[in-house]
Formats: sequence, structure tokens, C-alpha cells
Amino acid sequence: MTSKFVSVVDIVGSIRAGKTTASDVLEQHLARIDSRETEIHAFNHIMAESARANAASIDADLKAGNDRGPLAGVPIALKDNMCTRGVPTTCSSKILQGWKPPYDATVVTRLQHAGAVIVGKTNLDEFAMGSSTENSAFGPTRNPLDTSRVPGGSSGGSAAAVAAGFAAASLGSDTGGSIRQPAALCGVVGVKPTYGMVSRQGLVAFASSLDQIGPFTHTVADAALLMEVIGGHDPLDSTSLDQPMPSLTAVLGQGVKGMRIGRLADMPDGCEPEVLARLDAAFAALKAAGATIVDIALPSLSYCLTAYYLVAPAEASSNLARYDGVRYGLRVESADLISMYGATRAAGFGAEVKRRIMLGTYALSAGYYDAYYGKALKVRRLIANDFAAAYQSCDVILTPTSPTVAFPIGEKTSDPLTMYLCDIFTIPTNLAGHAAMSVPFGTGAHSMPVGVQILAPALGEPTMFRVAAELERAS
Amino acid sequence: MSNASSAPSHATILPNGWEMVIGLEVHVELDTKTKLFSASPNHFGDEPNTNIDPVTLGLPGALPVINRRAVELAIRLGLALNCTVQASTFHRKNYFYQDLAKAYQITQYDQPINIDGYMMLPGDVRIGIERAHLEEDTGKSTHFGGTSGRIHGSDYSLVDFNRAGVPLVEIVSRPDIRNADQARQYVSELRSILLAVGASDAKMEEGSMRCDVNVSVRKADEPFGTRCEIKNVNSIRAVGKAIDYEARRQVDVLESGGTIRQETRHWDDAEGRTHTLRVKEDADDYRYFLEPDLVLLDPGAEWVESIRASLPMLPAARRARLSQLTGADKESEAVYVIVERGQDDYVQLVADAGGEPARALVYVQQAFSEAGANPVVPATDLAALTLLERDAKVTATQAKTILAEIVANGGGDAVAIAAAKGFEALDTSAVEAMVDAAIAAQPDAWAKYCAGEEKAMGALVGAIMKSSQGKADGKVVTALLQAKRAK
Repeated sequence: MTSKFVSVVDIVGSIRAGKTTASDVLEQHLARIDSRETEIHAFNHIMAESARANAASIDADLKAGNDRGPLAGVPIALKDNMCTRGVPTTCSSKILQGWKPPYDATVVTRLQHAGAVIVGKTNLDEFAMGSSTENSAFGPTRNPLDTSRVPGGSSGGSAAAVAAGFAAASLGSDTGGSIRQPAALCGVVGVKPTYGMVSRQGLVAFASSLDQIGPFTHTVADAALLMEVIGGHDPLDSTSLDQPMPSLTAVLGQGVKGMRIGRLADMPDGCEPEVLARLDAAFAALKAAGATIVDIALPSLSYCLTAYYLVAPAEASSNLARYDGVRYGLRVESADLISMYGATRAAGFGAEVKRRIMLGTYALSAGYYDAYYGKALKVRRLIANDFAAAYQSCDVILTPTSPTVAFPIGEKTSDPLTMYLCDIFTIPTNLAGHAAMSVPFGTGAHSMPVGVQILAPALGEPTMFRVAAELERAS
Repeated sequence: MSNASSAPSHATILPNGWEMVIGLEVHVELDTKTKLFSASPNHFGDEPNTNIDPVTLGLPGALPVINRRAVELAIRLGLALNCTVQASTFHRKNYFYQDLAKAYQITQYDQPINIDGYMMLPGDVRIGIERAHLEEDTGKSTHFGGTSGRIHGSDYSLVDFNRAGVPLVEIVSRPDIRNADQARQYVSELRSILLAVGASDAKMEEGSMRCDVNVSVRKADEPFGTRCEIKNVNSIRAVGKAIDYEARRQVDVLESGGTIRQETRHWDDAEGRTHTLRVKEDADDYRYFLEPDLVLLDPGAEWVESIRASLPMLPAARRARLSQLTGADKESEAVYVIVERGQDDYVQLVADAGGEPARALVYVQQAFSEAGANPVVPATDLAALTLLERDAKVTATQAKTILAEIVANGGGDAVAIAAAKGFEALDTSAVEAMVDAAIAAQPDAWAKYCAGEEKAMGALVGAIMKSSQGKADGKVVTALLQAKRAK
């Protein structure tokens, strides 16, 4: 790992050691925002003022000898679909215009208790629907490594904010790859935790049974630390797992000796050769570190994309029905209630959101439910069965995170199906509720970064992080 | 609403062999401190939009967390209705309306918490309960301007979300009800059960208990006809009226060669008729799917059994016990009324104090109609009065006077009151002489009475009571008159 920016672990260490202050660290990040944000557009909302006040209070506390937590003084950015009390939360949609949540998401509260300094809310594909952050109502985010290219999505702003040094870490949400794919395209680490490990309370829902919050960081150790802060049971989220958060920072040095690494015997078409070459290099590195490589099959993999594009839009059609202009956000006045609904939603939602609402509404409708939504649920069970069988013979599975490196802005916007294919390797994890993460592993075409994805079974984070740490050492 | 629990009154009989088939869907607000999925108070009558929170308002990112007490009350009700309690799931019922904040209602669909119960009605009539499931209530809209009080044609509407998220149980009967009386008995008995288990205050006038009625008609033993659902039935009286109206309407349509459309109809209580609200073809497609924000609700056998063990004695068992104690029919009005008022324990106390149970039942029914479950009169005082009357030391009329004084003073010595008032019952021979005198004085009345005109007895009894200055026992007088006529 060769990031030019300082890691979370190093920032925390330096501040604790008195070598620097939270305020100095923050100013360094704000200065980088000043110089490049106009070009990159990572943020919907920059919170410089509250961040400065926060950093000053942390410095004062530390000076007085008070512990401010494991992330004291670390500048962190939040995807703009996580509720922040009194601060606009837009989901990059016009429909939430003017809305300020009266509460913080659980992850925000936990970050604040850990001493993190929130620097801003990052851009995303509207309601997290997309793979390039081009579907934002406020314009696209650009990849900091090549501003003619996309940062991936939907958490493109969060990935770009870390890659550009605007924040030492950030949080994104991953419904079908929305953390891992932009992490890969921006050359940072991105984690999609086991479903239920991180609270969704305060995360504006896209597809509730798939959504999961996770971190973007420069290093695997940083990701482990962030996970320990944001993870663990939350009584406000009924789907939160009721068990203690496993230690991840403690296992990073344990290596992969004796571990069995799964490799897809049948690789789907459409991967760039340079991406496949980096994957081979990753297998070689793990083998050299003492792991064995095992061929495995996921026969239902080819159905996952279709199943995902029924399940996720179906839930989204219900989750987004509340944006009706009655209580908050945009309202387009009209003659009566029904036409007000129509006018508000027509003006408030972008094309991709409308497309998915229609798709999901159709999939749930009487007469179509069994053929579409019902069948998609069966595929969810099939892929879970596939994974269960595969994990009989291996501990984790390695795949590319994305079939390609970051693509030029505008290249795929006219063809939704091509865009959907970006998520072919990431979607199965969400359907199964498992864990996965993307680790940067060299570069591919156009010298853009390539990410390798580590898939692990539910609650397999400790094993997953050991493999990630090994790949980081080898990269 | 309490009179519906009494014995059958005037069950409408349909002409030409038509039979009613009725099923009821009753929504009941559970008596919890907080809402089904959030911590806002569940309280009726507060300032609009004060009992709200992010979950109630469906704000982005807010998640539901099930209220344990609501689940417990739902299980209590389910067990009281002889249901099987099972692990259950929640679904989303999707539709747009301004008082439905999330644009979906969280409800139970194909796996409800309570299934397959039943309720017994007078005459050993068994009404099946298909399910009693949990769901959240919606907000309440008020429409201003226009003429109908409905949203169509109104100038503007105001929405109160205090009710949104209030826990409801919907109790769905099987189509086992065959007339309006049974329907009223069903609703009344359900209300008694709800009160007994503490699940709800069951106030139809405040909307904490709401009835939808499904009515169809058929010729006996033929398959079910097409049904209509009647909404806005807001009292037990209205349940009976709406059913009778709707069944007759359907028979009229069918007998004149028409067909019944499946539709939802609105009961207009003032006009005493139903009219079409919407036909089935206009029905919403609710796009039910499993609520992904909640997990399987599995109460576990241990909890269910501990709830079962904590259930109070239910109204049917109380009526059986009171009937056995007093000798009154378990389906008599007195038994229903006393149990509904919760005064059967008091009758038992009077009996335990040595009182005569049958008289105690009558006294309590007469004297404590407003007294609530715990009359303040010591049971021993009432017991003493029943014995005075049983032993013919006072007449029934005198006993009533004494009872009124005891009740007014919150207690009193019946013997002392009788002495102070100079009450004593005349012995039978003295009464017999008065009876003979009355017959002699009113030969016309006596002749009519002998000819079978029962009303004529009144004049004779009145004269006898007057001449005895109220000391003759009315029952003795009646018996003597009947005996003399029989000769």
C-alpha cells in the first residue's frame, strides 16, 4: 500500500503522542478540500465550521488528559444517506430538498463517541442507485486519480473523499456493491460487513434486506478499527445481530498459513485481462504466504444480477413511497392530493430512481409477484446454498471486485444494463447477507487501480481481514 | 351497548328460505403505554401531532422495533379466543394516503400471531376465529370544506399522526354467523373478553374497537353467495341494523333477478342504509411483501404458557360459575349483565356470607347498575336482607325499599331497618282473606281473569296490596289468585 496520505491509525497515534493536534490534522484535510473539491465534487455538504469546533474541543479534552476515544481527531466523511441531526441529508435527490433530520444515525453517534470529526456529507448516486455516482441530482463525482473517469458508485463521493485526502476515512453503504466497487475504482479499502453487523438505524433505506454500512480507508488496519467502532448490536435496528463485535484489529498479523482460498472455476465473461492478471497475482501472493488455492463453483451466480434487480427495486418501490410531498422535502403544489403526489415525485426523482420504482412496483404486483419477486427470493436461497457448499471446502473466496477499472464519465449512462453489470461480483454477497471487502492490488488498464474482493461467510470478518492484511503486505 | 348481551330479541327472518352468512372483522386498539413500533405514547384525545416521533412520521432512516407489551396483549387475547399462538411475520401493505406516513402499513399477512380459535355464543353456537393478527393503526384525517366530510370535494385536509402506529389486533371471524343477533352477541362477548384480559378498553365510541361486517345471503345449504363488506359500523346496535338492512337489500336484488357485486359499502346510521363505497375492480393492489425491517416474531412456548397461566377467569366461565351458584340460566340477562359489570365476585361474596344466592343476584342487578365492579355495601348486609326475604319476614316490595336504603347509606342492618319501618310480611291466611275480599269487590275483573285475560289480574293485585298497606307479598298474592282460578 503506497498511499500518499496518513492513515487513521497514524493520525490517532500522532495526536495521542502530542506530535500534532486534531485541529492541525483537520486543517490539512480542509486545505486539500479547498484545492480540489471544485474539480472532484466529492461532497454535497462540507461541515468545516462544526468540524473545527469539534476538533478544538477534542484538543482541549486531550490536553486536559481526557480520553476522547479510539478515533479522537480523525476527520471522517459520511455518505449523504446517513442521517445527521440538523444537517441536510439529501441522498443526492431533489425530493429531500430542505430536509434536516431531527436525529443522528447510530453509526454517526458511535463515530462521535469515538472522537471522530465529521467533515461533510458525500455525493452518491441518487438514493444509492447506481455504480458511477453519475445519477446524483447535484452532478457527478470525479475519480481523484483521473478526473475524466468515474469514482464508481453509489458511494463514489465517500471513496473519492478518501482517495483525494479530503478525509482520513469515510462511511458508505453497500446494497449491491456500492462500497466495494468504488473502493476498487478509487484504490482504497472498502468493507461490506455481514448483514446485521452494523446498525441501519438512520441510514435512509434503499433496499432494507440488502443495505449495510461500512468503511472506506487507506489501510486494512484502519478499516478494522472503523469496523470495531461502528459495529455491534443496536436495539434500534431489529435486524441488528445480537452478539458482540469480534475483534478485527487483533487478528491482522496472523497471516494466512493453512488457509483455503476459493477460486471460481468458471470466471464470468467480461473481465478486463489486466483485472484477471491482478487476481492471479493475488492468488500467487496468498499461496506464497502459505495458503492453498481451491477451485469452487457458484452455479447460481449467473442468476444473481437478475434476482438483485427484482429484490432491490421491489423494496425500494416501498421504501421510497414515503416521499410524497405531504410531510417534508419537496412539494409541487397541484389541484388535489393525487396530482400533488404525481407532480412532486415526477419533479423530485431522477430517471434511474423512477426506473427502479417502476420495476419494483411491477415485480410486486398481483399476478406478477410469483413470476418475478417470488422467483428472485428463490435465487437468494440458491446462492446462499451455493456459498454454503463452497465454504465446505474453502475459508474465503477471491474474485475481482469489478470486471473493469474506472471507466470514463458518460460511457455507460445511456445503457443501464451495461452499468448493472459492474456489480456482477459484488451482488451475491448482499443477496446472501455475507461479508466481503475490496483491497487495492496494483493497477490495470490506464494505470487505474484494481481491487481484489475477498468474500467470507456471515460473521467471517476475522478471517476476511487476515486475508486482506496479507494482500496489503504483498501489494 | 350492553343490552346486546342479553337473550335473543328480534332476529330478522329473511323471506323465501334465504339465509344470512355473516363474518366480522373487528379492529381493536391495544391498551399499551407506547406505540407498536416506537416509544411515543399511545393515548387517545391528546393535542394533534404531539404523540409522534421519527418512526411514527416515517422519517427517512427510522426503523420499527416491536413493542413487547403489545405482543403480550395480542397473545392474551389470542389465548382467550382459544387460538393457536405461533411464530409470526410482518408484511408491508403498500398504498398511498396522506395519513399513512410510510405509504405502507406494517401488518401480519400469511403468518399471523394467532390462528384457528373460536368463541361460544348462547345456544352452544360456535363461531370460528380465523385469525387475530397484529398491525399498526394509521393517522387520522379531517377534511374541511365541501359537503360530504370526505376528502373528495373538500377544500383542505388536516392530518393527526397521534393514532399512527397505535397497536391494533384485527380479529377475523369465520363466516359462521347466521343472523344479526348472533353478530351483536359476538361483538359484545368479544368486548367482554377484551376487557377481562386487559387487552383494550374496547370503546366503540372512541374508535378503540371498530367493526367491518361481511354479509352475503344464500338459500339454505347452498354455497356462499357474493359478499359485501360494510364499513363505518360504529356501535353494537348499528351492527345489527346494518346486517338486517344489507341482507334484505341483497335478497331484494336477487329476487328481482339481479346479481350482487362484490363491493365495499358504507353504513349511514342516520339514514339507516348502506351505499356503495367502492367496487372490487377498483380495489388497491397492496403489493404485500415481507417487512425487511423486522425479523421473525417467535414468542416461544415458555412465554406463551406463562401468559396462559396468568389469564383471568373469562366471561363464559364466570357466567357458568354464577349460574351454578344462583340457579339462574347461564344465558339469562341477569347472568350476562352481572358478569359484564364484573359484579359476579360480589354475588359470590354475598353467598359466602350466608346469603341466598338467587336473591343476591336480583338485588345486585337492580341496585348496583351504576356501582361498577365493587359495590361498597358490605356483603354481610346484603346477605342478611336475602335471608329476611327468603324467610318471608319481609315482602319483596319491602325488601326493595330496605335495599334502596342500604345502598344509599353504603350499608346497614336489614333487620333494624325493617323494624324501624314496621315492615312485616302478612301470613298467608291473612292474605287469603284479602284476596277473597278483592274478588268479591270486583266481580267483573275476576270474570275476565278467569276467562284468560291476564291483564285483569292487575286490578285485583292492586286492590289487595292497597288493603294490606304493602305488607302482602306480591308473589304470594299472585300464586293465590292463580290457584283459585285453577279450581
